[in-house]
Amino acid sequence: MKNIQKLGLSLFFLALLIFNVILCLGTFQLTEERLEEIAKDEHLEVLRKELRPMFGVKYTNSFAFVYNFNNYLDGYNDLQKDEQNWDRVIWDDYTLAAARVSSDGFVANNRLVLLFMTLFMGSFGALIYILPLYRGEPKGIKHNGLMLSSNKRRGIIGITVGIYLILIYILLYWYPAYIVNWVLITDPISRKISGGPASQWFMYGVIYTLAILVMGIRMFRKYWGNRYQMLRTASVMFFQLSFAFLLPEILMLFNQPYHNFINIWPLDYTFFFDYRIDDMLSSGAIGMLMLISGILLIVIGVPLMTYFYGKRWYCSWVCGCGGLAETAGDPYRHLSDKSVKSWKIERWMVHSVLVFAVVMTAFTIVNYFTGYEWLGHSTDMLHEWYGFLIGAAFAGVVGVGFYPFMGNRVWCRYGCPLAAYLGIVQRFKSRFRITTNGGQCISCGNCSTYCEMGIDVRWYAQRGQNIVRASCVGCGVCSSVCPRGVLKLENGNEEGRISDMPIIIGNKSVTIKNQ
Amino acid sequence: MAQINQNQKHIVIIGNGISGITCARHIRKQDSDIRITIISGETEHFYSRTALMYIYMGHMKYHHTKPYEDHFWGKNRLNLVHDWVTEIDIDNKKLNLEQSPPIEYDLLVLALGSKYNTFGWEGKDLKGVQGLYNYQDLEDMEANTRNCQRAVIVGGGLIGIEMAEMLRSRHIPVTFLVREKEFWNNILPEDEARLVGRHIREHHIDLRLETVLDKIIDDGNGKVKAVITQSGEVIPCQFVGLGVGVSPNISLIQDTPIEVDRGILVDEYFATNIEGVYAIGDCVQYRNPPPSRPKVEQVWYTGRMHGETLAYNLTHKPVPYQPGPWFNSAKFLDIEYQTYGVVPCVWKHPLDSFYWEHPEGKICFRALYDGNSRQLKGVNSMGFRLRHEYFDVLLKRGGTIEEVISSLHEASFDQEFAEDHHQHILHAFESQTGIKLYPIKKKRKGLLALFGL
Ligand SMILES: Cc1cc2nc3c(=O)[nH]c(=O)nc-3n(C[C@H](O)[C@H](O)[C@H](O)COP(=O)(O)OP(=O)(O)OC[C@H]3O[C@@H](n4cnc5c(N)ncnc54)[C@H](O)[C@@H]3O)c2cc1C
Ligand code: SF4
Repeated sequence: MKNIQKLGLSLFFLALLIFNVILCLGTFQLTEERLEEIAKDEHLEVLRKELRPMFGVKYTNSFAFVYNFNNYLDGYNDLQKDEQNWDRVIWDDYTLAAARVSSDGFVANNRLVLLFMTLFMGSFGALIYILPLYRGEPKGIKHNGLMLSSNKRRGIIGITVGIYLILIYILLYWYPAYIVNWVLITDPISRKISGGPASQWFMYGVIYTLAILVMGIRMFRKYWGNRYQMLRTASVMFFQLSFAFLLPEILMLFNQPYHNFINIWPLDYTFFFDYRIDDMLSSGAIGMLMLISGILLIVIGVPLMTYFYGKRWYCSWVCGCGGLAETAGDPYRHLSDKSVKSWKIERWMVHSVLVFAVVMTAFTIVNYFTGYEWLGHSTDMLHEWYGFLIGAAFAGVVGVGFYPFMGNRVWCRYGCPLAAYLGIVQRFKSRFRITTNGGQCISCGNCSTYCEMGIDVRWYAQRGQNIVRASCVGCGVCSSVCPRGVLKLENGNEEGRISDMPIIIGNKSVTIKNQ
Repeated sequence: MAQINQNQKHIVIIGNGISGITCARHIRKQDSDIRITIISGETEHFYSRTALMYIYMGHMKYHHTKPYEDHFWGKNRLNLVHDWVTEIDIDNKKLNLEQSPPIEYDLLVLALGSKYNTFGWEGKDLKGVQGLYNYQDLEDMEANTRNCQRAVIVGGGLIGIEMAEMLRSRHIPVTFLVREKEFWNNILPEDEARLVGRHIREHHIDLRLETVLDKIIDDGNGKVKAVITQSGEVIPCQFVGLGVGVSPNISLIQDTPIEVDRGILVDEYFATNIEGVYAIGDCVQYRNPPPSRPKVEQVWYTGRMHGETLAYNLTHKPVPYQPGPWFNSAKFLDIEYQTYGVVPCVWKHPLDSFYWEHPEGKICFRALYDGNSRQLKGVNSMGFRLRHEYFDVLLKRGGTIEEVISSLHEASFDQEFAEDHHQHILHAFESQTGIKLYPIKKKRKGLLALFGL
């Protein structure tokens, strides 16, 4: 390793260390005025009374603060629940907001400096590690030694990374108040873009986008000279930065609803939820644009594009989840399970999620237009369960946290309802396929090994059969790593796309049909 | 020619390489009842020999190289025996094995593969001197190259360059001794050979052309210390990789009445001189080779086709082996090579050649054709993927060179967005031959054109 790369790695790890240490720093002090800032009018009275013991008390870390805050509030809520005073229970979660307004001291006073010392220095360090990678080496496949890497082969490092990611996601989804300091340090960016303070989702968006950009540059280094790989990487970087990250914030700046145009239902499972519809309907022309473009995408855009190009146009060129998988997740792509058994599980799971999402949405829409007469607010419970199980646990905790365990496309493969929908179109009505090159396959296994979706590409290639699979996201890596030039992603005539009895070229004595 | 009949209930195949396994799979597809046993000493399951290098280089683990999941064999009732056959008892139709009890057969298929050549060099048996053919060789190579300061590869062929690449993946300095004037020049025409030679050097491999090994020197403890070339140069090294070809693995056959020459002699139906005994794959030698083919063919694809054909013959009315137009491929470090049809390293009138090379010197295309009839004989390409089906069809029907050059976009199998060489090749052809060509392009119509399809 070159010295400059060592420096880069050191900076990265230093930044990571600081990033984690700041969780334990800062002081937190709740006051009556601060409470008034965040509490809704109807709750203010109760909160003031219940939280009075905390006023003026200085906590030296967020954990103690959150612990006490919850204690006082839970005491009240439990009492109300016991007495069945359901309308008196405070269902809103004020913890993160309270921790935010109450924080002063080191972290709150040094947001910008800490932002530089963590996220920016980390990205910078990573970049100076990444940029010299493979310099001076001819263009080609860069997989030397990969199977010996502890990080990439479920070794100690890989397991540690996985556990760390899982913990972060658990905090992010269910205990955001504990990571209030991370939210605070992204405040300066949020204020620059949308003018408002950062939420935990904004903080997440910043890190997510940085991860895609930095690791996208790693992809450029790794696949230097391979235009397909470079173009699609540039594409996910662009869509993440502009459509997924900046545009929604800019909309907020103009008091429009938060909306990510490239997050399509049913991946964006809240699209038809009442509050989203209300938001869009009440936001004039832009709101209508959101609603109509969203619906048009689902009904026409998705099937049409998938018909012409396969689901790759979305999954490995546009989508944010795909974007992270293709960049930050790339080092783990070979960890996906290739067995027939996992394929079976995949089909059951992903289609169940699709059915769940469709049924939930259908109930929601009907309920909305019947003015809640039909199901009352029981769809809320459906939403909550879906959000918890699929939206958070599956897409987040498992989806990213399991990169180092089960590969970078766990969510896309087993859980994403949009991928399931795209997949059905791709399988049955599309011009996309991976063509195999006659009899040239030597069954080496590179293609299957590096397929992130767990497709046993070789199974098809060695019998001369086109690969037409619902799950294929068209990343093109099988084609890139094939040492014999056997695989080509193509959009072409539907005729002859699916061959159940392929013929391997080369043998004139008998025509071998593979059943 | 015997086919499977009522009396032949047990087919035994020795060798679980591509030829033996293909044969077994295709017999099973045709006949769901017959008992099939596959005996092999190397590994329990079929794996891809061609992927050995990737295991060493850390691109894959051994299990990734297995083309079928382990449950495949049981499900298809292909009985696997992991052992070495030590003796074939032709009279009693019985095989003796190293560890397991003897196995009786009704029909025997020999798919024994090859073994690497060592020739008679002094010092060839020293520790640290080896070729690469099977899984055990890979394990040896792993052990032999630990703490290696320099390695020498002998022989400029496909295995030689693979070994060089393997060693370079672990940053071991490599000196590569090649007897010919250029790398693999006995197969590749000079332009292609030179192109690969440049790329070899680009990978910091010390390529020594026209250099022949004289002997290998002992360090006193039975390990290699250096090699001496015929010009007297001493090259210190701790590992010597032998890439000087392979020969049919026929040691098991030597004391049997089965006829052998360089390989096991078979007719067009893969039958040996003994009734009920067949041979396929690397270990065979054709009594009457197919037109313009050598007597011994040791590549993956021919092994597969032998297996397909024999399986067909055992379950149907037999047909003679008749391979289609020749094709092959390889990868020289980062440069992929493909060939279709016949392109020898030198050619004579009336054959003529067209050659184009990319200015960066890593991509090229050659077409060999008959100067009178203009019929295409074969193509070579480096760094440029070509479509097998296109050339298979064209060669079979005797298409012309002009046809190929004007429709190269159909023949290309490069990844989408890859640099398009068609125009450059077309111009090069026009300026070399003075013939004006018009590229044949499909007209795009309607909605599809809108989407660039
Ligand atoms: C490193 C390497 C790279 C290669 N790359 C390519 C390539 O890119 N393209 C290409 O076309 N070809 C390539 N080849 C050649 C190709 O692999 C062979 O032609 C092909 O594998 C031969 O298959 P086979 O079935 O005839 O024999 P094998 O695969 O050699 O199988 C023979 C089997 O027989 C078994 N056997 C032998 N004797 C006994 C016994 N007495 N008892 C029990 N079992 C026995 C052995 O265990 C062995 O597994 C390569 C070869 C090597 C070594
Ligand atoms: S990588 Fe290429 S040669 Fe290897 S198994 Fe896949 S398709 Fe076949």
